[in-house]
Order: sequence, then C-alpha cells, then structure tokens
Amino acid sequence: MNKLDQIDAKLLNLIQEELPLTTRPYQTLGESLGIGEEEVLRRLKTLKSSGMIRRIGAVFNSRSMGYFSTLCACRVPEERLEEVAGAISREPGVTHNYQREHFFNLWFTLTVPDADEGIRIIQKLEQETGIKIENMPAKKVFKIKVSFEMGGTDVL
Amino acid sequence: MYYDDVETDLIEMLQSDIPLKPKPYEDLARRLNTSEGELVERISDMKEKGLIRRVGAILRHRQAGYAFNVMAVFKVEPEDEERAGLILAGYKEVSHCYLRQVPLDFGYNLFAMVHLHDESALKPLLDDMVDKTGLIDYQVIKSVREFKKTSMQYIYRREDGGGL
Repeated sequence: MNKLDQIDAKLLNLIQEELPLTTRPYQTLGESLGIGEEEVLRRLKTLKSSGMIRRIGAVFNSRSMGYFSTLCACRVPEERLEEVAGAISREPGVTHNYQREHFFNLWFTLTVPDADEGIRIIQKLEQETGIKIENMPAKKVFKIKVSFEMGGTDVL
Repeated sequence: MYYDDVETDLIEMLQSDIPLKPKPYEDLARRLNTSEGELVERISDMKEKGLIRRVGAILRHRQAGYAFNVMAVFKVEPEDEERAGLILAGYKEVSHCYLRQVPLDFGYNLFAMVHLHDESALKPLLDDMVDKTGLIDYQVIKSVREFKKTSMQYIYRREDGGGL
C-alpha cells in the first residue's frame, strides 16, 4: 500500500470516526462523499485487503463491559524471549504483546472479566515461565483515542 | 454482565467485522428473526450506555503512515498527576494516556502512547512535552517486535459449539 487518493483519505477519516448507524451505512457514507454505495464498498474492500484497515467493527469500552484491563511488563532473557512471548500470547485475554527496548523487554496488555482473574492469570503465567511479571493497572485514564488523521496523496 | 441473544450475536459481529455489503445487518436480522432497524437501534443503545466507544474502521497505524510508535513514560508526583496527564492527553500525537500503579523501583507512572510519521519528530515533541509539563524525568520505550495484536473477544464461542 503506498498511494491513497483524496477520496480514500476522506473515506478513512469519516469511517474511523463513525460508521453511520443506518441500515445502509455505506450508502450514507457515499452520500457524504458524493460517491455511490458500490464505490464505497469497492474502496473499503481494497483498503481492507491491502492491510490498511484492520477491521470494521466496534471498539468496546472494556471497563463499561465490566472487564478489567492492565499493562504488564517483564524481563526475559534474550534466548527465552520467543518461548515466553508465545506462552503469554496464547492467553486469550492478552491483546497486545510487544518486545521493547528496555530493562523490561516484554510488555503486554491483559483484558479479563475482573481484577482477581487478572491476578490469577498473571500468577499462572509466572509459574509456567518462571519469569516475574510486573502488573501496572491504570489508576486514571486521561485519554483513549483510536483514530488517526489521514492526509491526501503524499502522506504515505 | 448478562446479554440477551440479540446483544450476544451483535457483540460477536461487532468485535470482529461488520460485513462489507450494502445491507450489512440483513443476515443477522434474519437469523435473529428481527429487523435490521432493530439491530441498528440496539447498537445505538450500546453506544449510549457507554459499552461501545465507537463503531467504525480500525486502521493498522503502520500502514496508515504512522510508522514510528513509542511509549513515553514520565515520573510524576501526586500533586502534578492531573495537570500533567491532561497536558499530555492534549497532544494529537498521543493516542492513549494513563496514570498507572507501577513498581517503586521503576517509578515511571504516567504513560503516553505516541504515534508519529517518522523518528525525526520524536525529539522536538518530547522537548515540548517536558517544557509544558515540567516533568524532566522520562524514558522512551520503543517497540522492537510485535508478538500479538488483536481486538478483545468479549463473546467467545468454543469450536465444539458448546455455548459461550
């Protein structure tokens, strides 16, 4: 993916903000852009297959859904990184798992039905891997933004 | 939390993909013996109740031209938390900003996820953040490798069809 025309950029900006809550959302989007429903669908399919769009769906508020989420960090010997990261990634509640350049070289997020379950999973992973895991739950959320401003042709 | 059949199936669709076809809710409405309008209404309700932050496209930010992403972590004293957190949250380059409970020997408790087009923009941005917040003790934690990145599955059906 390397070229994005103005219509794609506008479409991405719109659909990142909101898929219209109508029974024909792609038609509604097309009306805002001055293009037809078919063209909207064609462009979105291309943006999806090129990997630009991960998915079109809902971003849930895990807290309102009654879930607990936390950020965890650990220090893993280089030679065990893949193995430990693999064990962590197998946990369904782990949604992000990254190797990072830091004393703590593996960071992951865990989203689970409640805090006790989170602690149970962390302990289980510690036992399984023998690696100490630091639990860093949020005390306060200042911002969660999930959209990115897309420019015109030259952005990419 | 309890979900009725319609909510369960809707959440299942919304946590993965809304179909790319003219009437994306048609099949689900037929299966649930309800109308497409009713499903849209239910989604609006979930938004109003705050269960859904937004319905739309989720981009892969690397492909979207935001190739350089780091976690910036700052040490903040309790009396400065609110002020500094709000300042960092105000930057358009910051997608997530949290105050976290962290181990004492780590100490960096204010987290900002920063997304940039390229690395050259990082230094000026951090200088500005230090300037505006007055927080001088910080670390930049770059990602080296992505092992996993998925969306949370709130409704999880076992493959044997044995329910949720």
